[in-house]
Amino acid sequence: MNNTFSKTTLSNGLKVFLKEIHTAPIISSWLWYRVGSRDEVPGHTGVSHWVEHMQFKGTPQFPANVLDKSISREGGTWNAFTYMDWTAYFETMPADKIDLALRLEADRMVGSQFDPTEVASERTVITSEREGNENEPLFLLGEAIQQTAFRVHPYHHEVIGDMADLLTMRRDDLYNHYRTFYVPSNAVMAVAGDFDSQSMLGRIRELFEPVPAGSEPTRLARPEPAQKGEVRLSIEGPGETCYVQVCYRFPPASHPDFFPLSVLDSLLAGPSNLNMFSGGISNKTSRLYRALVDKEVAVSVHGGAQATIDPFLYGITMTIHPKRKPEDALAALDKEIQRVNEEKVSKEEISRAIKQARALFAYGSENITNQGFWMGYAEMFANYEWFETYLDKLASVTVKDVQRVANEYFKPQSRVVGTYVPLG
Amino acid sequence: MSHSNVSLPGPDDITREVLSNGITILTRSNFNSPSVVVTGYFGAGALMDPDEKLGLAEYTSYALMRGTKTRTFDEIYNELEAVGASLGFSSGVHTSGFNGRSLVEDLPLLLNLMSEVLMAPAFPKAEMEKLRAQLLTGLAIRAQDTSDMASMVFDGILFKGHPYSRPEDGYPETVQRIKRSDLVGFHHDHYGPRGMVIAVVGAVTAEEAIRQVKRALGGWQVKGQKEVLELPVLKLLKKTVSRHHRIPGKSQSDMVIGTNGPRRLDPEFMSASLGNNILGQFGMMGRIGEVVREKSGLAYYAYSSISAGTGPGSWEVSAGVNPLNVKKALELIQDELKRFVQEGVSDDELADSKANFIGRLPLSLESNGGVANALLNIERHQLGLEYYRHYSSLVNAVGREEVLNTARKFIDVNRLAIAVAGP
Repeated sequence: MNNTFSKTTLSNGLKVFLKEIHTAPIISSWLWYRVGSRDEVPGHTGVSHWVEHMQFKGTPQFPANVLDKSISREGGTWNAFTYMDWTAYFETMPADKIDLALRLEADRMVGSQFDPTEVASERTVITSEREGNENEPLFLLGEAIQQTAFRVHPYHHEVIGDMADLLTMRRDDLYNHYRTFYVPSNAVMAVAGDFDSQSMLGRIRELFEPVPAGSEPTRLARPEPAQKGEVRLSIEGPGETCYVQVCYRFPPASHPDFFPLSVLDSLLAGPSNLNMFSGGISNKTSRLYRALVDKEVAVSVHGGAQATIDPFLYGITMTIHPKRKPEDALAALDKEIQRVNEEKVSKEEISRAIKQARALFAYGSENITNQGFWMGYAEMFANYEWFETYLDKLASVTVKDVQRVANEYFKPQSRVVGTYVPLG
Repeated sequence: MSHSNVSLPGPDDITREVLSNGITILTRSNFNSPSVVVTGYFGAGALMDPDEKLGLAEYTSYALMRGTKTRTFDEIYNELEAVGASLGFSSGVHTSGFNGRSLVEDLPLLLNLMSEVLMAPAFPKAEMEKLRAQLLTGLAIRAQDTSDMASMVFDGILFKGHPYSRPEDGYPETVQRIKRSDLVGFHHDHYGPRGMVIAVVGAVTAEEAIRQVKRALGGWQVKGQKEVLELPVLKLLKKTVSRHHRIPGKSQSDMVIGTNGPRRLDPEFMSASLGNNILGQFGMMGRIGEVVREKSGLAYYAYSSISAGTGPGSWEVSAGVNPLNVKKALELIQDELKRFVQEGVSDDELADSKANFIGRLPLSLESNGGVANALLNIERHQLGLEYYRHYSSLVNAVGREEVLNTARKFIDVNRLAIAVAGP
């Protein structure tokens, strides 16, 4: 393997990460912007995600229809994601076709038109996307929990936004958001694959350096005040299946406690895979599976840690056994939480969590798209070093660390418990 | 830069060996990451399920990992999860299959477990009941899923009277009827080495991979392993049949509209695939996406797909729309189907579609899982080890006329299956 890695900052502030991987004639190019639902205020919720949709609607150089066809014609795959903290665009292409992706991204960093007719047509596409989400009980429950957990911080709303705003936002709201956040100094470019770093960097300079730096976007500063006691909520909807989601407050990914908490997540609920393209492993010997599913109070249980810029939530989702009540599952969960609070975990459990993380990393490395993903992703909430030293940091977690974070973060006073009550 | 053809699997880097007990092994090395994938299938699918116990093949495949003669459910998963490995079984219409992966140092562990659960599952009673509750919950969730239900209703219309009309996961009442003895019987009758195919792809040499599979499964012998059933002939629809499956309280309706498609080995497979790409995939979901999503803003997703396997296939368009827009979306989709069979595709569209097929192939083979699936595809349909190296010439051989003839052969806009699930 010959994986040359380099990082450079262009004169306009665009950070560029390059990783040569010569295993297949493929290149994956990722452009990350530091903008997401955390940059949105009421009235404009969902604007980041809608802007992402509009980025596929064309520039003078690449009109809407031409854009997606050119990528497909060259055998590429592309997509985009909007999250709470970031918006990312990627193209994975046959190596000799990557120039198209680079030109396209440079072009739509400044040149997207936001044609009012396209905005109008995309409005109904997005409301339809939201309606599709609303068909899912777990979307409805997650949304209710987030808005309860965050009264002040903009993590309050779902990335897709509230229907009221999706129906009323105007073209200029979208365009202003785009112009404010889509500037080189607010972006990170990560390219991985079969190229020569020097010529790749030269081409990126040529295409992106002419884009004016722009000014640093102003951020909302609305930290969530401390929660003063457990909150319980319930929502109702169709179906026969009851779900309970319990969310604890989690630190940002850049916080040192994130690592002992990842170990704890692994042994409680099976390891969360932060990796988008390589799936996870089963969790049937995790403590919560044994206590809830083996004991038949739930039919499934999953934990989910997320890497965020600001403190967010760690959610445990339980699908309740048809013959049991949500309270039974909550009681069984509480017993396990109490156990990690009171009893030391074993060294073996920690080594096991580390081995699991090592395996998940290896699975993710099979894939060039994923290598490109990690370079930029880690930069969004910490830095690339965070990714490179992740396994070492897990390896240095001690039994004492785990018990300390268990007591600090898994407290009933700072959790939200949500139940989806099925109405049949 | 490397030459693209070199990275595609071919006879010089795929090793294929058939063991004396009938197991076929396909393997290809990839030392880029210290991981390995083991995946495969065997002839024990839902086709063999009696109507009244539909879901039996799936139940059996899920039950394998619930305990063996020597290990409990928890012991089995503890071995796997302790090393970050995974192994799962599932079932389709014709076959059941398995999918596992691990760090390469744990390949022996993975294969040992696989052979043990395949050869000596114990089907412990208590575990079977736990599993039943999970399956029934899955079916209750399916009943609320507009997309799953639209698909199921569509299959019910298109494949009426044929085994393909049946959902492999069964119905609550059929899953309720399945007894432990049925699982034991199904395993006894249909599980065995004959017809089993295993692909091993990852950081291991071919010799070593084969040696390890041999050690784990080479000794497996089963007397009386039943033959796979023949498929009955499908009766085609005589006119359009529409069905609306009501799921109250939902905010979106899902629809599937379509017709029969070619089998994988039919000569029309490639022209149908290229045509389908133009109809509902290329760019952002092809012509269907252009009309339903881009121009009309009716749906977040609207695309077409063909599903081509051993038996009769399907050619279907799927979309999710606001319940008030169902009629309009159905009309737009039917208009596109009409245009597709009347006018066919343009030279430019076909050239784009071909370039897309050829260009994206290396991308689909990026991961070990992608390569392993490609190897299984070769074996399942006897495409030959050269298949991916010849792929571009197969694609390029298709002409416009052929795409049009294929479209006309399969798509008749007066004989469509239309399924809608929603409020």
